[in-house]
Amino acid sequence: MIREVDRAGADVIEVVMPFSDPVADGPVMQQAIQRALSAGMNTDSLFSLIRDFRAESETPLVILTYANPVVQKGLGAFYRDAARAGADGVAVADVPLEETEPFCKAARDAGIDPILFVSQTTSDKRLEMIIERAGGFLYLVAALGVTGVRGEVDPATIECIRRIKGISSLPVVPGFGISSSHQVQAYSQAGADGVIVGSAIVKEVGDRVGRPGEMRIAVGEMVRALVADIV
Amino acid sequence: MIESTRFGEYGGCFVPETLMAALEELEEGFRTIVPGPAFQEEMDYYLHEYAGRKTPLTFCRNLSRDLGCRVYLKREDLLHSGAHKLNNALGQALLAKCMGKRRIIAETGAGQHGVATAIAGAALGMNVEVYMGEEDIARQALNVARMRMLGANVLPVRSGSRTLKDAINEALRDWVANVHDTHYLIGSVVGPHPFPTLVRDFQTVIGRETRAQVLEKEGRLPDAIVACVGGGSNAIGMFTPFLGDPTRLFGAEAGGEGPGGRHGATLCRGRPGVLHGTYTYLIQDAFGQILESHSISAGLDYPGVGPEHSYLMDKGRVTYREVTDDEAIDSFLYLSRTEGIIPALESAHAVSLARNIAQDLGKDDILIVNLSGRGDKDVSQVAALAGDCL
Ligand SMILES: Cc1ncc(COP(=O)(O)O)c(C=O)c1O
Repeated sequence: MIREVDRAGADVIEVVMPFSDPVADGPVMQQAIQRALSAGMNTDSLFSLIRDFRAESETPLVILTYANPVVQKGLGAFYRDAARAGADGVAVADVPLEETEPFCKAARDAGIDPILFVSQTTSDKRLEMIIERAGGFLYLVAALGVTGVRGEVDPATIECIRRIKGISSLPVVPGFGISSSHQVQAYSQAGADGVIVGSAIVKEVGDRVGRPGEMRIAVGEMVRALVADIV
Repeated sequence: MIESTRFGEYGGCFVPETLMAALEELEEGFRTIVPGPAFQEEMDYYLHEYAGRKTPLTFCRNLSRDLGCRVYLKREDLLHSGAHKLNNALGQALLAKCMGKRRIIAETGAGQHGVATAIAGAALGMNVEVYMGEEDIARQALNVARMRMLGANVLPVRSGSRTLKDAINEALRDWVANVHDTHYLIGSVVGPHPFPTLVRDFQTVIGRETRAQVLEKEGRLPDAIVACVGGGSNAIGMFTPFLGDPTRLFGAEAGGEGPGGRHGATLCRGRPGVLHGTYTYLIQDAFGQILESHSISAGLDYPGVGPEHSYLMDKGRVTYREVTDDEAIDSFLYLSRTEGIIPALESAHAVSLARNIAQDLGKDDILIVNLSGRGDKDVSQVAALAGDCL
């Protein structure tokens, strides 16, 4: 599936290391995480998956996960293994500014970009401190709430893209709730450097469990259409 | 950016960035509103006039005779609602109201915290919605009915293991989406900063009263205190005023099926990690996936524990021991028959540990058990399990 997303033209691929209690995720991602964990997915198998992909493609790859899988592996070991496998960035959904320092340090020591989150509720003061520490790009949470297909454009997110663009040269990429070409166009017109699509793609997969051929076709079509909408 | 309070290396605020504004606001309210005279006066009214504080520290003649030391029970079972949970629910609901929030959400396992929150919501005129796992809704029909009668909306949780841990996940997800007008009224000393400190401060009334009561009755401090530990709120509320004293402190965890079996003994058998916003001992696998806990008592059936308990255990200040399901049932019946007090199954864990500790105490030694709640909610479950023994 990673290969399919790559071939369809994604600029960056985000792979989720599942965690049993994903508080930032809505039902589609929760179910996918359950399926992955039941199938035996763990930190080590994630790294070997990334290694296999890296052998055949140069497309940047980012790991999205939660704090505990990283903490249990050991911060140093997690980022080092991620780098060795060929990952370029790591984003940890439940590590805000207050807790980010040891994670950022381990990332930088390993040569991994620490991807940090910002949200429409982030104050200007926090935003500056986050930008100072962030690497790669800023992950802008594009909706108040959890991941999941929403379809509508959030005016607060547009406003937030402009706010960030005014003070930082880091790429800004909104994610959470994005699935429609309408949203992709609106956010990229506002200055976003890309969009992150998660649940919408994972839903295509979830709707076709046990039919890998159909899955690949559906995912490929969806990614190609979304890529074409970026202005 | 807030100074995240740690207990040694434990605690912190591991939540999505979207929630940080709400935690900052809550911490601000906690620091500025709670200590003020207006808040304290209101709180005083609700605790004393409304909820029935202070609760007695009962000298138990029969238990003392039977166990060979001077045994006292701190009677949180006599608090309105039937458990200590109301101390925290009233405190947080009042704070939320002062902060201008109109809606309160809560999680509940056994339903005791849900009932306490529903009561606080009704008393203070606020909307209450309670997340509860589908499994627990089926197990705790009585408390579901109580919550609904009190005007709260019970929201079934179908994700994950459909128990308390998943109800907390759902409440956090709701809070992320509704941070502007909603307060998440968490039920124990768990979750991200400032919750472990906030809930502890609202529960410390238990220990403050106990300390004054025992000094008045006995003219000296107790030798040992026992409390059960689920998330750890009744225990920390009892222990806090005694932390600087020579009194020995004991926490009873859910030993479940016993050695090798399923359990909820997070401190005795777990490893530190991050769950529900805090770094603390957890029941988890080698890769950091959280495992399902088990206890006969829904209130102790949680794979995490308050971060301050992790700290107090590592420091050696509090001793934590396991009590199995069978031992808890035995002590449930023991207290009912010896003293005429039917304890909550959670509290029966503390009674069981107290019976063990009493063996090392002399006849003039003072032993206090925090009786965190009454057992009405557990009567039908124990009747079914104990069947032949009744
Ligand atoms: C009576 C009673 N005691 C104890 C507990 C455990 O919670 P905590 O450890 O936070 O006191 C509960 C939880 O539902 C309870 O209802």
